[in-house]
Amino acid sequence: MTPTPLDRLARATPPSMARRVRGLSDRTIAWLFVAPTIALLLAINIFPLIWTVRLSFTNFAANKPNAEVKWVGLRNYERILTDDGIWATMQTTAHFLFWTLFFQVLIGFTLAWLINRKFKGNDLLTTLIVLPMMLSPAVVGNFWTFLYQPQIGLVNYMVELLTGTPASSFSMLGPGGLAPWSIVIVDTWMWTPFVMLICLAGLRSIPDYIYEAAEIDRASKWRQFWTITIPMVLPFLMLAVLFRGIENFKMFDMVTLLTGGGPGNETLLTSIDLKREAFEKWRTGYSSAYAIILFVTVFGLASIYVKALNKVKER
Amino acid sequence: MSGVSSSWSVTEPSKLSKWLAATLVLAYTLITLLPLLWIISTGFKSGPDSISYPPKVVFEPSLEGYVNLFTTRTRLGAEAFAALPPPETWYDRIVRQSGMVIAGPSRFGERFLNSVIIGFGSTALSIFLGTLAAYGFSRFKVPLKDDLLFFILSTRMMPPIAVAIPIYLMYRQLGLSDTHLGMILLYTAVNISLAVWLLKGFIDEIPREYEEAALIDGYTRFQAFRKVVLPQAATGIASTAIFCLIFAWNEYAFAVLLTSGKAQTAPPFIPTIIGVGGQDWPAVAAGATIFLLPVMIFTILLRKHLLRGITFGAVRK
Repeated sequence: MTPTPLDRLARATPPSMARRVRGLSDRTIAWLFVAPTIALLLAINIFPLIWTVRLSFTNFAANKPNAEVKWVGLRNYERILTDDGIWATMQTTAHFLFWTLFFQVLIGFTLAWLINRKFKGNDLLTTLIVLPMMLSPAVVGNFWTFLYQPQIGLVNYMVELLTGTPASSFSMLGPGGLAPWSIVIVDTWMWTPFVMLICLAGLRSIPDYIYEAAEIDRASKWRQFWTITIPMVLPFLMLAVLFRGIENFKMFDMVTLLTGGGPGNETLLTSIDLKREAFEKWRTGYSSAYAIILFVTVFGLASIYVKALNKVKER
Repeated sequence: MSGVSSSWSVTEPSKLSKWLAATLVLAYTLITLLPLLWIISTGFKSGPDSISYPPKVVFEPSLEGYVNLFTTRTRLGAEAFAALPPPETWYDRIVRQSGMVIAGPSRFGERFLNSVIIGFGSTALSIFLGTLAAYGFSRFKVPLKDDLLFFILSTRMMPPIAVAIPIYLMYRQLGLSDTHLGMILLYTAVNISLAVWLLKGFIDEIPREYEEAALIDGYTRFQAFRKVVLPQAATGIASTAIFCLIFAWNEYAFAVLLTSGKAQTAPPFIPTIIGVGGQDWPAVAAGATIFLLPVMIFTILLRKHLLRGITFGAVRK
């Protein structure tokens, strides 16, 4: 090995100093490598979180920074947990979560199962199918309002073409109760490929010999599907549901641009409600408490779910 | 595999089932791509064509949308309009057709540039910090390693609005509101969890023996990291970088709450492009096309590592 300039430099430096440079203990080096990341997260994640907790016990309003700030104890929490409006947004969010997960799992798994037939060109189609999920939810959500235009939108036109229902007789985002389903459709369009990709990885991880053994035992295809395919894919599917569940609980951008929570409060998800409280009504203390409640909810549900996931994996 | 089983296998789907599967998947692909094709084609429609009913599939292509995206226009009185000298450029001519004149450039160029600066800035910083931390976690005994790794991941569970409240207050005091630096730091903090988890996976896959050999040859730890590990991890670093870039590129919630003028990126801007009587759809579609195309190209380049990226490295193919 030819000596590098650094080697030459090392030879030229006095031995005590060289030892100091070279002799950094592994522990010190490890901390040097990890510390900047931890410092950044402490500054921009943990410190703000602690600040939010503090604010949640006050009546602070960010648009009146000079007003007197009072400690109100647990009153913010008490008001949120007894507010019917907030329980209604929680229900709207639960509806959104349930149906998006339902359709995405159903269509995503079916697609993966079909693609796993390994027909010619399946790689190309897979690449095309995943395109929507990588795009900006805000920009795409905004464009969907164009597709959903009452009377002239492409969606209304398609419905008229396929079912004969006149395009001017319904409005996807307006009053009439369709809006909660319209946001489910866009989310499903966007994120089904995510579930599909993970299911596909699951299906491809099942070794052929298991099916061969089942075939020798004369198990029917139907039985093979329910006793081999489903249980082997389940951990993957559950992982996909975890990721989508967390993301959709936080859903803000796409729905804000599609409906902004309306008509009325029909699509008012918790994140959009929180944004109104924090940045339109400027009830900073109150919305801090709201934020903490949401975070604890996601964190709690995710922890319980991960425990269940690990149990399924062990089986 | 043996030549015998490849000619016929119980696990090989029948020809008919392959055909059926291919047809169904193709049908899904066409339906799912329709909105994207509609965005691209609307960008090339004239105003009236874009809102005609039934929707037009065949139309005369026009660059009106693109011209409107990059300019602001004013309407002149009939006399003043007639007195104008003939249009000098092709875009002048397009604007004149609708009875208007160009008043100046729009803000789209600026917003797009902001997206580029903030996207690349935060990606570079996330990769720099993330590679160091991932190497540290991968190769050394870090106290409380699993807790730290989980802590890094859990920062992703926070709803963005919940984080935005204190960040808004903090940035206001530090003078970071509506600045490139503020947005770069914030997006780095969000992306770092992805970067650390993905890169740790990639570095775990590089055999330790290479570095040990380098250490025996007299390299220091830093030299071994720079000259042995980094080149080996290049593909992993590149695909992690693309994931970070796409996140920063697409982000909307923080951008709309924490920036207003100077540092605003394109996603909050595109939905505000309005024309006469509502959104100027050809211009919105033109902006969306310019904004989305790079991501589509990156997605195609990234397809091998896609699964790993979207699951934080939890699923590897």
